[in-house]
Amino acid sequence: MLEANGHPNRLGILGWLAGGRWGPDRYLYTLHRVTGLGLLFYFVLHIVLTTSRAFGQAAWEQSMAWVSGPLFVFGEYLVFAAFAFHAVNGLRLVFAELGFGIGKPIEPVYPYQTALDIQRPWMVLTLIVAATLMVVGALDFFVWQ
Amino acid sequence: MSDTRIPDKIIFRIRRYAPGRDGNPTWGEYPVAYESGMTVLDGLWQIKERVDPTLAWRASCRMGICGSCGMFINGRPQLGCNTQISELGSTVVTVAPLPNFPIIRDLVPDLRSMFDAHTALSPYIVREQDEEQVRPTAEYYQSAKEMERYLQFSYCIKCACCVAACPTCATDPRYSGPMALTQAHRYNTDTRDDGFENRLETLSGEAGPWRCHFAGECSRVCPKGVDPGKAIQLMKREMVLDLVGLRKQTTPATPVEKPEGIERRPGIPAAPPPTV
Amino acid sequence: MMRDQKLWTWHLAAGVIILLLLGLHMAIMHLDALLGIFIPAGGHSIDWGNVAARSQSLFFGVTYVLLLGTALFHGFYGLRNILFELNPAPPLQRSLSWVLIVVGLGLFVLGTWAAWTSFQNTNLV
Repeated sequence: MLEANGHPNRLGILGWLAGGRWGPDRYLYTLHRVTGLGLLFYFVLHIVLTTSRAFGQAAWEQSMAWVSGPLFVFGEYLVFAAFAFHAVNGLRLVFAELGFGIGKPIEPVYPYQTALDIQRPWMVLTLIVAATLMVVGALDFFVWQ
Repeated sequence: MSDTRIPDKIIFRIRRYAPGRDGNPTWGEYPVAYESGMTVLDGLWQIKERVDPTLAWRASCRMGICGSCGMFINGRPQLGCNTQISELGSTVVTVAPLPNFPIIRDLVPDLRSMFDAHTALSPYIVREQDEEQVRPTAEYYQSAKEMERYLQFSYCIKCACCVAACPTCATDPRYSGPMALTQAHRYNTDTRDDGFENRLETLSGEAGPWRCHFAGECSRVCPKGVDPGKAIQLMKREMVLDLVGLRKQTTPATPVEKPEGIERRPGIPAAPPPTV
Repeated sequence: MMRDQKLWTWHLAAGVIILLLLGLHMAIMHLDALLGIFIPAGGHSIDWGNVAARSQSLFFGVTYVLLLGTALFHGFYGLRNILFELNPAPPLQRSLSWVLIVVGLGLFVLGTWAAWTSFQNTNLV
């Protein structure tokens, strides 16, 4: 593939976040990435920390004491919230990226109906379910404990 | 949609760049005397005629069919000829060259990377070179239903707005981009084509649809309603089915048989001899 | 090169598996006040009594290892995707792939060892 010689003009990582007037699905893509990275970062730390259970009660309780501060608890809630969004949106993407819920090829008549319009109800459902899970999680984390 | 408060002065903020003269692109501001019904392209012509003759851009048909005038207008890749100034809702019209392509000059992007990706996916009917291909005797049979599977994707005018809008194309030059993938899907689902295996080599790797994450921006900006986002997800389904061996193999369409035992009605002359 | 087509399909399948297993894990851990599932010793889900009980359970041992492997694959393939989209040169691509494989396998071994050890150790409870 020829790399052309004009003035470079790729948006770069800015193109993942912003750089234009984009639609909501574009921001869902960005949020899916951000939550994925956040979950991965937490996951690696989580694996290392929870190995302490193999060393008995004292080791376990000490490692849990390290992460019992309010900042950590709030961080864990963010992980729960990130999971709620990433999982529900991910499920929507599994269906959409295998061609379900995006419509059939049609004769384009203006104003054009795109796959995004057919996805809209699923997108709204995703956000509602994710938001509900986040609210329930918040209650369980901070109120009902 | 009529705009009762027609502003008399519109400012065009245009990204300027001339190789050899400028190190980096700069912004220039130009006044445009607005008349009802003016498109962004009309504004550019007015600037070139009255203000700055050195302004450069691509345009041809001025009616949304040639695909030349793709530009980044007020933060959205669209055709200059298809964009009414009044629909932008602002007295400042910001025009920049399509992002994700190197700039040749002013508003002219270098689209070679997109066309190279397109060529690499064999965007034409690929089938065995038999006698029928060399000396055609009849048309290939295709039902209306079979045509509907790809017709929408054949409306592409190669304007590059989808590639400019794609977040993956913002960083990854190895990804084929929405246009090339949609055209590959258009031919893969054409019953006259037998090139799926041929394209599989390229499509199963980095150049394939795997870096698409369905941000859907390509479909939103397409000026012809081609819906490349839909084509790419359908392509992923085809390829996953192929991976697990469940893809339906449709034999390439055969030539239409001439009807047998039908008499020509009296008074209708015979067809002239074939010249091909 | 079959790689991306195959890996992506497994990535999706892993996502569905994680949805179920991690969903269960989240429900046990973070919805304990609401649902109270699998907390035989009462109190919080991360109290030692509950942790020990789950460690000794074959069901949890097996599903933890399954979740660990699937999530490591899913997460690291996702990270590889993000890094590769930033257009590293081919030699760097190969190095990155190897680093991710090695770190992923290392974490898998660590986690499986912990699950196995706490399953084996009957002195825990």
